[in-house]
Amino acid sequence: MDAMTPAAQPTSARPAESRADAALGGKAATTLKEHIVEIISDSGEGAQRCGQSLGSIAARMGNGIWTTEIIPAEIRPPARSVAGASGNRIRIGAGPVTNGGDETDLVIAFNEQVLLGRVRGNQLKPGCTILLESMWRSSPDAKVAASYIDTHDRLVKAGYRVYEVPLEAECRRHVSDPRQGKNMFALGMLCSIYSLDLQVAREQVALTFGKKDRGVIEQNVRLLEEGFKWAEAGLDFKYRIPALRNTQPQIVVNGNTALALGALASGMEVCAMYPITPATSASHYLSDVFEKVGGVVHQAEDEIAACAFAIGASYAGKCTVTITSGPGYSLKQEAIGLAVMGEIPLVVVNVQRGGPSTGQPTKVEQGDLLTTLFGSHGDAPKVVMAPATIEDCFYSVITARKIAETFNMVVVILSDAGLATSQTPFPRPHFQESWLAPPIDQSEVPEGALPYAWNPSTGLARRFIPGQPGGMHTVTGLAHDSASHVAYDPEINEAGIRARSLKLAALQKTLRPPPLFGDAEGDLLIVGWGSTKGTIEEAVGALREEGHKVSSMHLQFLQPMPPGIKEAMQRFRKVMTVEGNWCDRPEDEIIDETNRRYSALAMLLRARYLIDVDCWSEVKGQPIKPSVVIRAIRARLQH
Amino acid sequence: MNMAATECLLQLYEERLQLEDYQSGVPRWCSGCGDNAILAAVQRLCRDEGLRPEQTVFVSGIGCSSRFPHYMKTYGFHGIHGRALPIAEGVKMARPDLTVFVNTGDGDCCSIGAAHWIHALRYNMNITLFLHDNQIYGLTKKQVSPTSPIGTRSNTTPRGAYLEALNPLTVTLGVQNVSFVAQAVDWIPELLYDIVKAAYHHKGLSFVRIVQRCPEWLPKLMDPWMHDPQKVQLVHHERALRISPAIAKVYKNHVEHDPLNMDRAREIASSTDVVPVGILYQNPCVPCYEDIRRSGGLRSADYVRRGLEGEFDKFTVWPEGAGEQQAA
Ligand SMILES: Cc1ncc(C[n+]2csc(CCOP(=O)(O)OP(=O)(O)O)c2C)c(N)n1
Ligand code: SF4
Ligand SMILES: [Mg+2]
Repeated sequence: MDAMTPAAQPTSARPAESRADAALGGKAATTLKEHIVEIISDSGEGAQRCGQSLGSIAARMGNGIWTTEIIPAEIRPPARSVAGASGNRIRIGAGPVTNGGDETDLVIAFNEQVLLGRVRGNQLKPGCTILLESMWRSSPDAKVAASYIDTHDRLVKAGYRVYEVPLEAECRRHVSDPRQGKNMFALGMLCSIYSLDLQVAREQVALTFGKKDRGVIEQNVRLLEEGFKWAEAGLDFKYRIPALRNTQPQIVVNGNTALALGALASGMEVCAMYPITPATSASHYLSDVFEKVGGVVHQAEDEIAACAFAIGASYAGKCTVTITSGPGYSLKQEAIGLAVMGEIPLVVVNVQRGGPSTGQPTKVEQGDLLTTLFGSHGDAPKVVMAPATIEDCFYSVITARKIAETFNMVVVILSDAGLATSQTPFPRPHFQESWLAPPIDQSEVPEGALPYAWNPSTGLARRFIPGQPGGMHTVTGLAHDSASHVAYDPEINEAGIRARSLKLAALQKTLRPPPLFGDAEGDLLIVGWGSTKGTIEEAVGALREEGHKVSSMHLQFLQPMPPGIKEAMQRFRKVMTVEGNWCDRPEDEIIDETNRRYSALAMLLRARYLIDVDCWSEVKGQPIKPSVVIRAIRARLQH
Repeated sequence: MNMAATECLLQLYEERLQLEDYQSGVPRWCSGCGDNAILAAVQRLCRDEGLRPEQTVFVSGIGCSSRFPHYMKTYGFHGIHGRALPIAEGVKMARPDLTVFVNTGDGDCCSIGAAHWIHALRYNMNITLFLHDNQIYGLTKKQVSPTSPIGTRSNTTPRGAYLEALNPLTVTLGVQNVSFVAQAVDWIPELLYDIVKAAYHHKGLSFVRIVQRCPEWLPKLMDPWMHDPQKVQLVHHERALRISPAIAKVYKNHVEHDPLNMDRAREIASSTDVVPVGILYQNPCVPCYEDIRRSGGLRSADYVRRGLEGEFDKFTVWPEGAGEQQAA
């Protein structure tokens, strides 16, 4: 897109007759490979819904999409405030889209203040197209009008392509309360701008408002159509992003909904939780639907209770999930250790946020890897998985439940705020009965059988579940022998620790080496984990196209680590992780090899494989951008 | 996966179980420790009620008293300090067919686990709770507890406890949804048994505070009450606890009390000169959380599949022409 064109501004007052022929639109559409578009408003003005709908419409057209919620940190930020931007960001591509991409190309803003936050946060591309609600120019409040004009002029001066759009005035012609409908008008505009099928859009609006009465749907469809017409006639540009029609049904949900769907699909019956951002939406959704399949979401009095409740339910035979984020995860540590010691299956989901302490509740960070591996006092081995995509979020819960019950272990799923609030389609799963938990074993336990008869080579033992005659024993968090009797004997203590540790090795034997993206050898191997996969692969792909010998590897299992990692790393001259957690910057004056703190995965890889793994990281609370990773990789390739 | 199957199993047994069938190991409590009396009463209850050992779970926290499950030949869960209640709630939610007991100390319940105590009363799950209240931290060797009387000398209050003791009865009676509150003392085994039994039969969270002696750390604490039978106030009612003539002869301080009368229950619970023994409050009509939350339906694979497919439908983007109507 030619970003530097000076603003061509349609006048705000438009002749009424021009609306009639608007839908025809004789403009030639510029073909694009992809575009990133944002809709932002004060919270409550519906920008979120507009963005979600745009994403769904584009997905139905067959475009790749990645949508990300823009969430203000406060519940009711003052109207027209810089920090109050609420909305959605949609990356629309001709092919599959695996991450949120770089800066924004086009934005619709309901006021100039919410826009400022995005400008200051460097979220907008230089020369980005801005469609700005113009009503504030004539605000009766002189301060507001002045602020609008000032901001507008500065944006134009800064080279942004600003179009003033009389959103409210136009809506007022069609509805009495334009605040309620602006978002659909904006959606119509976007459908015109991106040459999206208006009929598909109508259907999407009907779906969105499906629960409401016909009148509501009709009014919103009308606003959609009017917005479409207005943009056809009133804007001097139009784009088209070619799409490949889907041949398969796709699911469009965010990572948290995917986790919740995974809990449903895994056959689990109980989820115990305490509300915490950014994990809550998973529980909200689950609370709504779990009962339909006989499940229960228990909101406990705190995270300790939630974890203990989950352990109790798991112990009684129904493997249970507890969902939380950073601070809550910290609180659960003692109970997690109990589940490790008692060898009670348990699935813990940690939707990571910025830390430490209360940190950045709504922001992205991958800061909990080491605390997850090493959390809880003593040697408390547990399985750690990290979904890399929204689709993974779904399947990881099913896998986690299975591993938990097969190995009688705690399985932690590390998602993050990025996955939690992003959407991208994935193929609709085909239900399999094998996903579900088997019926509880209630058979009689043979005489003399012990509850912790650890297999000498795998550490595995058959667990006795209440209700099984002959299996009575007392689970304890104290050191115990294979009869579950409290024992302080030095040999017994080691036997228990050994068995619990061996189970990780036993699981590791069943894992496949992680696939490589790119060639199996070269100058640089990038290693990542969790939500950064799409970004890393996009960056690596772009550099490979330029001829660089760079590949990447993404780990889904962080504990145990699958086989083949060392061999893979050895085929590259250099290895570097890309992570969303802190590592000391070598360029800082007092940082050197003897004191540098490495990023979490780098530290683990160095310790385990004795390879000089470097790291690059960013902890800005935002998803890492592919262009930033490209820069980091380029720099690493050069020295 | 479903309750029905496990409940059927229950019916297959007819044999009569003996006390030994509930006994496991040799208790390691000090001699004269009140926990021994509680264990005896509970084992007797299990035998008399014919509880299936495999269908019975004792859950505890950490403390001398929390060793209790190890001495029962049932399923047991010796958890972590303060968290017995949430563990027990999880057990009950997953498996309402199991009989669940909780053993907890005054530190376990009223200090580190205080939040869970309050909320367990609100949930009112069908669990029988025994608060082994020795008014001291036993296991960790004599530190002050929230229920220690003011002035109690302990290792952390060498010059005497600074604060008024918390009264577990009045606190419990102050919580919305409370459905059963009783008090027993370890030195009157007959009443202890009767109260434990009434608690077991109550559907809901039965809270039994048991005044339990710790001869190791507070050997004389209960002497004034033990030496003067007048200081034991028997709380009785024809619809609650009835007192045998033999007991009535020794303990002459009686008060008749309708356990539905909350105001009077709070009054009795507040007494400081006498120790009330009996059922202070019982309301059989408070709903149990597990009944409210569980459908009780059979969770077949097909049932789950249908629910899941219904949810998938909500979020599915169908390829053009592939049954738009399904996406309702
Ligand atoms: C998290 C935690 N903090 C502290 C302890 C140490 N601790 C064990 S038992 C106990 C107090 C026990 O007192 P109480 O609950 O009254 O039981 P009692 O021994 O008197 O029966 C303490 C503080 C612990 N095990 N865990
Ligand atoms: S220390 Fe006290 S409570 Fe603990 S076993 Fe001994 S007498 Fe009982
Ligand atoms: Mg105590």
